[in-house]
Amino acid sequence: MPKWAMVIDLDKCTGCDACAVACKMENNVPIADPAEAQSGRAMFWMDMMTTTEGAFPNTVTKRVPKPCFHCDDPPCTLVCPVGATYRNPEGLVAQIYHRCIGCRYCMAACPFTAKVYNWYDPKWIDGAEVGNPDVSRRMVGVVEKCSFCSHRLMSVKETAHREDRPIMDGEYVPACAESCPAEAIVFGDIENEESRVYRLSRSYRVMRYGEDLGVKPKVYYLSRRTET
Amino acid sequence: MKPENIELADKDETLFRPIYHTGTGFYVTLGILGLILLWALYMYVMQVRFGLGMTGMNQPVTWGFYIVNFVFFIGISHAGTLISAILRLSKAEWRRPITRMAEVITAIVLAIGGLHPILDLGRPDRMMNLLEAGRLQSPLLWDVTSITAYFTASTVYLYLPMIPDIARIRDRGGKFKWLYAFMAWGWQGTEKQKRVLNRAINILMVMVIPIAISVHTVISYIFSMTLQPGWHSTIFGPYFVVGAIFSGIAALLIVMIAFRKVYHFENYLKEIHFQYLSTLLLIMSLIWSYFTFSEYLTGVFGAEPHEMHIILYKFTGPFAFYFWGMILCNFLVPVIIISFKKLRTITGIFIASVAVVIGMWLERFIIVVPSLANPRLDVPIGIYVPTVLEWALFAGGLAVFVMGFMIFSKFFPLISVWEIEEGRTHGRKEVENRIESYLPGSS
Repeated sequence: MPKWAMVIDLDKCTGCDACAVACKMENNVPIADPAEAQSGRAMFWMDMMTTTEGAFPNTVTKRVPKPCFHCDDPPCTLVCPVGATYRNPEGLVAQIYHRCIGCRYCMAACPFTAKVYNWYDPKWIDGAEVGNPDVSRRMVGVVEKCSFCSHRLMSVKETAHREDRPIMDGEYVPACAESCPAEAIVFGDIENEESRVYRLSRSYRVMRYGEDLGVKPKVYYLSRRTET
Repeated sequence: MKPENIELADKDETLFRPIYHTGTGFYVTLGILGLILLWALYMYVMQVRFGLGMTGMNQPVTWGFYIVNFVFFIGISHAGTLISAILRLSKAEWRRPITRMAEVITAIVLAIGGLHPILDLGRPDRMMNLLEAGRLQSPLLWDVTSITAYFTASTVYLYLPMIPDIARIRDRGGKFKWLYAFMAWGWQGTEKQKRVLNRAINILMVMVIPIAISVHTVISYIFSMTLQPGWHSTIFGPYFVVGAIFSGIAALLIVMIAFRKVYHFENYLKEIHFQYLSTLLLIMSLIWSYFTFSEYLTGVFGAEPHEMHIILYKFTGPFAFYFWGMILCNFLVPVIIISFKKLRTITGIFIASVAVVIGMWLERFIIVVPSLANPRLDVPIGIYVPTVLEWALFAGGLAVFVMGFMIFSKFFPLISVWEIEEGRTHGRKEVENRIESYLPGSS
């Protein structure tokens, strides 16, 4: 059984937001009003964490793309009262939108604030209502989050099965990895020692958020700086 | 014996008076509260219609007033059954006029508090998933289980000691005779019935104590089972239980003082009852302060960065007013008022109790919101400003509490008549015998 993981090379990342935009379009993530977004209702499956340090003009801006970390020991699935979020055998932490009762306990339990909530009936910009037919749309009052574009995995699996071969490295990539102009995001099977993800995850530059929490996140960050 | 009984029955007429006499003040108050409730209902319909975006909650502050009020109301509910069970169990004679009101608080507030997680749901239409697809590993399911158990136990525990009183109202005749006849369950006051009733009450009062403690413990587990700084603390179980009993006693004192004034129960609820209960309040205040001190001292001393960040946020951040208000209301005000005999009048106790109830609400707020507002990663610090909708539902909850009490008082006596009588006929002798048995030289 493969175990899907992601490596984000912060030394390559230019902070261009292409991953966040691609994710939003790929997964039919609703658009919030600017006013609503200001008050913390913006919905991003791939969130660009931005912090600015220092005083003007000597400031350093840090941009870190943050998808769901798909922890191997997810704290969110532990607390769900109805089993609407769970970790599947391939290591993907999934949501069942039609079972979710909207208690937001998983959002409170996630140490990485990776989950987003449908505060209102979902809205899209004009012309984008049709969206991606492969991804189901969510309704008001449920929790959603990055799925590592698991709908792409489905179609890749079908193709591989039809051609009677294993899934090749780099065949299944989420929209963020595909759209990254700097090729900073690498995706693949971390159990496969031939894969790029496996190789990069052994790099001396590697770092993971929340490693000390024992949740075993599967998104690895690469950076030469000691502090990301 | 006989003439004395008739005289006593006349005396206890005060307790039955509210059932038969209703003034205009009652209807006016009920009307105002009803309007508040309607407003809250309308607001809730809006929330269901448009989604939880109508509230002030956001990301990362995903829980707000509803969860705060949930913890708060369930805390208040510990007034009752737990206190009355402990007083009954310890054979405190002064319990007699108090237990009924305490139990009523529990039943009403538990119903209100238990409803709050449902108000908080984004999809209340899928509520039944909790039963159909419920995962017992989730702390929320522990809550569902223990709150249901507590509600069942405490309503039965409220009802059983009411049976002799209901029978008495049935025998007096008047309105709703069929209701009282049904609820009295054929009570005739025979020796056998008394024995059975006493036995049932004894079993329930022992059972209800662990259930009550489990309720607030698992409510604290909702928070402490997560990895969030400020929540992930082993002290939370007992801390919440202590806070619950603390706020419960305060609520009980408020209710007692209010109804004493409205229904003229001065003859039953005497200065001494308030003195005793306020001593309990003082003890709980000190225990609560001790827990709070331990919780924050360990955090500050260890100074783990995330933990420390949240503690400083509580001390100096936008909710600092809440935090210091909590210390003022839960520690300074009650301790100062109750410690000094001069201040420990009924008015003083009333002020202290109101302060404690407010302070405990602030405590629940200061536990829930700041931890959520400060996530671990470098995402913006959250803000939380409750909207009118959330205030409306809070007001609605309080209105239901007062309405519930008012309506109850129009059907049943707020002070257990038969227990008062029992105190007169049996209690004195029993206490005498008991003291006799404590003394050296007795067998």
